[in-house]
Amino acid sequence: MITALEVTPAWYLVLGAVLFSIGAFGLLIRRNPLVMFMCVELMLNAVTLTFVTFSRMLEDTGGQSIVVFVLVVAAAEVVVGLAIIVALLRKRPDATADDVALLEG
Amino acid sequence: MLDAVWLIPALPLAGFVLLLVFGRLLGDPGAGWLATAMAAASFVATVVVFFGLLGEAEEDRHFVQILFEWIPVGDLRVDVGFLADPLSITMALFVTGVGSLIHLYAIGYMHGDPDFPKFFVYMNLFIFSMLMLVLGNNLVLTFLGWEGVGACSYFLVSFWFTDEANAAAGKKAFITNRIGDWGFMLAIFLAFAAAGTVDYLELFQATEGLAAVTVTAIGALLFVGAVGKSAQIPLYIWLPDAMAGPTPVSALIHAATMVTAGVFLMTRVNPILAAGYDWVPDVIAWTGAITALVAATIAIAQNDIKKVLAYSTVSQLGYMFLAVGVGAYVAAIFHMVTHAFFKALLFLGAGSVIHGVGDEQDMRRMGGLRKYMPITAATFIVGWLSIAGVPPLSGFWSKDEILLSAWASPGAQGKVLWAIGLVTALITAFYMSRQVYLVFFGDERWKEGEEHAPIEAEAEAGAEPAPEAAGANPGDGHGGVHGEPHESPWIMTLPLVVLSVLAFVGGGLNLPFTEDMHFLQRWLEPVVGENELHIDVSTATKVGLAVVAVLAALVGIGAATMVYLRRRARAVEPAVLAHAYYFDETVSAFVAGPGTRSFDAVAWFDAHIIDGAVNGVAHVVAGAGRRLRSVQSGFVRSYALGVATGVVVVLGYFLTRITF
Repeated sequence: MITALEVTPAWYLVLGAVLFSIGAFGLLIRRNPLVMFMCVELMLNAVTLTFVTFSRMLEDTGGQSIVVFVLVVAAAEVVVGLAIIVALLRKRPDATADDVALLEG
Repeated sequence: MLDAVWLIPALPLAGFVLLLVFGRLLGDPGAGWLATAMAAASFVATVVVFFGLLGEAEEDRHFVQILFEWIPVGDLRVDVGFLADPLSITMALFVTGVGSLIHLYAIGYMHGDPDFPKFFVYMNLFIFSMLMLVLGNNLVLTFLGWEGVGACSYFLVSFWFTDEANAAAGKKAFITNRIGDWGFMLAIFLAFAAAGTVDYLELFQATEGLAAVTVTAIGALLFVGAVGKSAQIPLYIWLPDAMAGPTPVSALIHAATMVTAGVFLMTRVNPILAAGYDWVPDVIAWTGAITALVAATIAIAQNDIKKVLAYSTVSQLGYMFLAVGVGAYVAAIFHMVTHAFFKALLFLGAGSVIHGVGDEQDMRRMGGLRKYMPITAATFIVGWLSIAGVPPLSGFWSKDEILLSAWASPGAQGKVLWAIGLVTALITAFYMSRQVYLVFFGDERWKEGEEHAPIEAEAEAGAEPAPEAAGANPGDGHGGVHGEPHESPWIMTLPLVVLSVLAFVGGGLNLPFTEDMHFLQRWLEPVVGENELHIDVSTATKVGLAVVAVLAALVGIGAATMVYLRRRARAVEPAVLAHAYYFDETVSAFVAGPGTRSFDAVAWFDAHIIDGAVNGVAHVVAGAGRRLRSVQSGFVRSYALGVATGVVVVLGYFLTRITF
């Protein structure tokens, strides 16, 4: 008999941490701006998951309402970020993030 | 009738504004007539207020009219308000009265000057400022007028500014006055800090509750201001140079009105002087006495017709401070009024002479002018006898009052002050007689080839290098070589005649014979009150003192007659006197030498230390920025790494501090 493993909040926290680490790691090692962008999204969603988990654990709806804000901010960020990336890739289809270093001091 | 007090300064102000806008349009002489009309209207308003005040009972003779709140800041409240009391109305009467006459005279004197309207703009502004000074009911408003007359003095001294010397004289007057104004300002600050008010009447009431040292400091600082404005030692050096201005300016500002502002201020704040320590009045008396004597001796050896009068003014102002110092405020004001009459008369007479002989100011090139300028000569002689102290002219009465007060003041000090005053009176009679003889009597030295009288030969060598800040200016319109000296037009002689009548009978203001004839003393009683010196001297002593004073005057006149008219003795005019004891040169040398070097040092400190510190900070910031900017590589992933590293570090820090 397989004992059903009880899914505790810790699982969600670990999942969030793992997702965040993947996102951060991907952001650091990949050069494709689109992939880097998706990594950022992954990190955002990892944080969102953590918020919801804590909200459930502490029985405080504050964490869940934060999620709504994060979604809105993420949406706005997607609009701006994607626009920049599309404009960049249209000009130079094989551009990497390291090629756009014009803002060097 | 008292409500008309605001009109007194408002009319010259209106004249100033009108002339500022329409002056060029009115031109010569229209602008002059407008200015004269405004000054005269102001005089009428003053007379109206005077009679209003006269109608009040003696103890009610002060009227305050608040026009509006000027500076309301926290506890500080300064109103634009006028205080009409016997003192301020006395001042306003002779400021506007003598001022109107001088305005009238100036129409003739300034005729043909390209800047004719501008002259009258300044003149009306001056009258307005002087009236604000006199009528203001608080120290700040008085200070406004004080600075206003200073600015007008500057404008008018350097009126013919295209000549470098005139512009320099204006600057000198302005800067020297700043030293005095510094004292005045500190006095205002101290009065407000200590008493919480700058209003005269409130301040006088508050003095009782203040520490004696505070009141003394306020009085002493106000005296510093008075020393600057009234040209007393050591700040008198600007007044002789101020003669560079047109002669009506010398008469109005530098003889009759502005320079007496210091005496007025001391009289106005007599409760403060009385409440402080005794050394302040003593210092005032000694400053006045020494100034009177020193300036009189300098006047002996001056050859510029206006410089003699300038040093004479300094000397007479010294008399007034001597009177203020011994507590004889009435005598000071009395002498101020008579001095306004006879000194304005003398200056205007000198202007008429300068006008008549074609812009010549050197008395060595005059002589025998009484035949050519009879009215000027006659009126000038009245002024001469008046200032010399010959009875029954006005100068005798007022000067005698001061000498009597000095004699009657307590202690041996009073006798010494009296002696100094007497010697000064003798010298005054001497140098004024010298001037009259050199200008109106003797040889006609203005003719070609007779430029220098032999009698002057020794003084000449010393006098030549002296800075001749001459008021004569080629651009003033009535220049040019005249064939013969001529009498001035009626518009200039009429004020001379009026002033000579005033200088003759002015003594009637305060005759010493009976109590009833002390008109000025009873009139000023509410202002000076119990602070006035009580003269407790027998009639015999009074008569004796008067006789001695008259004898001194006659000796002075007689000596001058011997030397300059009869030529029985050689003139003694040492170079040290012609150079005014080299005081001016010493000041110049000091400022030019160590003074300039110390200012250079300050400038170096500013350029290298102060600016160095400021620029050094900028250099450090710029250098740090130059090094730090390499961090901004432009690589997004480097930034991300930086952020990630930062997060890890922060997290690590918190983890080490965590406690379970």
